[in-house]
Amino acid sequence: MSFLLDAVQWLFTAETWQGPSGLGVRTLEHLWYTFLAVVISAAIALPIGLYIGHTGCGRSVAVISTGVVRALPTLGVITLAALFTGIGLTAPMVAFIVLAVPSMIAGAYSGVESVNASTVDAARAQGMNSWQVLTRVEIPLSLPVIIGGIRLAVLQVVATATLAAYVGSGGLGRPLFLGLRNYDYGTMLGASIVVILLAIVLDQLFGLSQRLIRRLPGMS
Amino acid sequence: MRKAPLTPAAEATAESDDAAAAHAPAEDRVRGAASARVFSRAGIGALSAAALLVLSACGGSGGDPLQDEDDSDESSADDGAIVVGSQQYYSNTIIAELYAQVLEAEGYEVDRQFEIGQREVYMPELESGAIDVFPDYTGNLLQYLDDSSDASEREEVESALSDALPDGLELLDSAEATDQDSYVVTREFADENGLSTVGDLADVDEDLSIAANAEFETRPYGPDGLEEVYDVEVSLTPVEDSGGALTVNALLDGDVQIADIYSADPSIEANDLVVLEDTENLVLPQNVVPMVTDSVDEDARTAIEELQAELSQDALIDLNTRSVEDQAQPGDIASEWLDENDLAQGE
Repeated sequence: MSFLLDAVQWLFTAETWQGPSGLGVRTLEHLWYTFLAVVISAAIALPIGLYIGHTGCGRSVAVISTGVVRALPTLGVITLAALFTGIGLTAPMVAFIVLAVPSMIAGAYSGVESVNASTVDAARAQGMNSWQVLTRVEIPLSLPVIIGGIRLAVLQVVATATLAAYVGSGGLGRPLFLGLRNYDYGTMLGASIVVILLAIVLDQLFGLSQRLIRRLPGMS
Repeated sequence: MRKAPLTPAAEATAESDDAAAAHAPAEDRVRGAASARVFSRAGIGALSAAALLVLSACGGSGGDPLQDEDDSDESSADDGAIVVGSQQYYSNTIIAELYAQVLEAEGYEVDRQFEIGQREVYMPELESGAIDVFPDYTGNLLQYLDDSSDASEREEVESALSDALPDGLELLDSAEATDQDSYVVTREFADENGLSTVGDLADVDEDLSIAANAEFETRPYGPDGLEEVYDVEVSLTPVEDSGGALTVNALLDGDVQIADIYSADPSIEANDLVVLEDTENLVLPQNVVPMVTDSVDEDARTAIEELQAELSQDALIDLNTRSVEDQAQPGDIASEWLDENDLAQGE
């Protein structure tokens, strides 16, 4: 219990949050890494996922390869990447993208696949071309599932972004590693609590947006 | 990474599982009684009481997994074998393996308990007599035992250590070999700026950054200590692989100008790096020193000390190189090296 008390005490001390290496800056860095990784991953994963969902091509390849990629240990990916790119943000970004892409691809193709086939047929019968079917029917209808994939990816990345500190970057991993190395478990737990809170808040925001989208006319 | 041996905490947890199992029959009986009057208040009460019993059985022994348990007493010590332990650090395990083989050559039975984490975990084991012999490093051991000590030179550290050691533990002769944090720069950077000691860094014009583990920030030899003692300003770039390949690469890539690398690390020679001399002893000397309990007899001590006398800095680097470069196993490295140095020849 004393660790928990130490952690809470640490979190409620003003100095903890101040300064260029304070928790405030670290939290912003952490969110920034998460945002950056998720945006880059989305730019890679969503087109691939939508293409697979829309055409059905490469589905089995996607299922197998995303499964394999998910099994990669992130710390291993970071270390390996850092041996090539050097320390800094590149190596952890590569690892976070590897982490985030599979769930986004899965969300995108399963979303598009879940759209009722007769709805798609009806759209075609009205003279929509393939692009129009995708952008006007399939994407809007599968949006809650696609966002679900992004939601999963965000959660994974925000929880893993602590590892950026392993190779010289910032984020909430800094106080976490410092606590670990100094046997200061209060600090470690405190930093973990902030990560957990970030994860919960982000998850709730995504949940909310999914619910709001489902309420839009024509989505039920 | 190799599997660490069962720590006392883990063993205690295993025991607590047994304890929980022991409660199970009682719970069954309660449940049997409860089933007679289904949903009766008494039945539910009894059930929750049983559940509480089980819960408290778990909580009582395991407690905090991060806390040391010193009440456990795995006494492989009293069956005659000498228990040799090592830290979770490859170089330390090689040294422990050397001790083990030297003792075996003298006819002792040896029980190897290698790759035990940190001092917080193994010191209580030594004090309780569960481990008999452990290779450690003088400076860090002193800081662990007495962090107010201001000893800084090898002899001072060792005499302070013998005072600080708990009863029942003794140090044998320390080796010449040290494995300590050291400030390392590239040959090029050293030549460019005419560096040979840490103090020379004060005259370097550019901003200095050092790659080290996160704890460097709070260590006496960290940025604050460097500024105070040498008037050198550095900022920390945390790289958490304890002076491993990532740290060395950061230095070679020029991401940082200085790296904190252990003095017995083969990568220093392999990359033609320069170790800056710590003229003011900011970093405590970390000579390899065997810690032994009272139960280790005189012959065993002599055998280990004969080995210690041969353990020069070059020898330690050589041993580490065989592990890092050739990926050899500690046991093979140790026996090969002992052969070459005519040690451990038995009676």
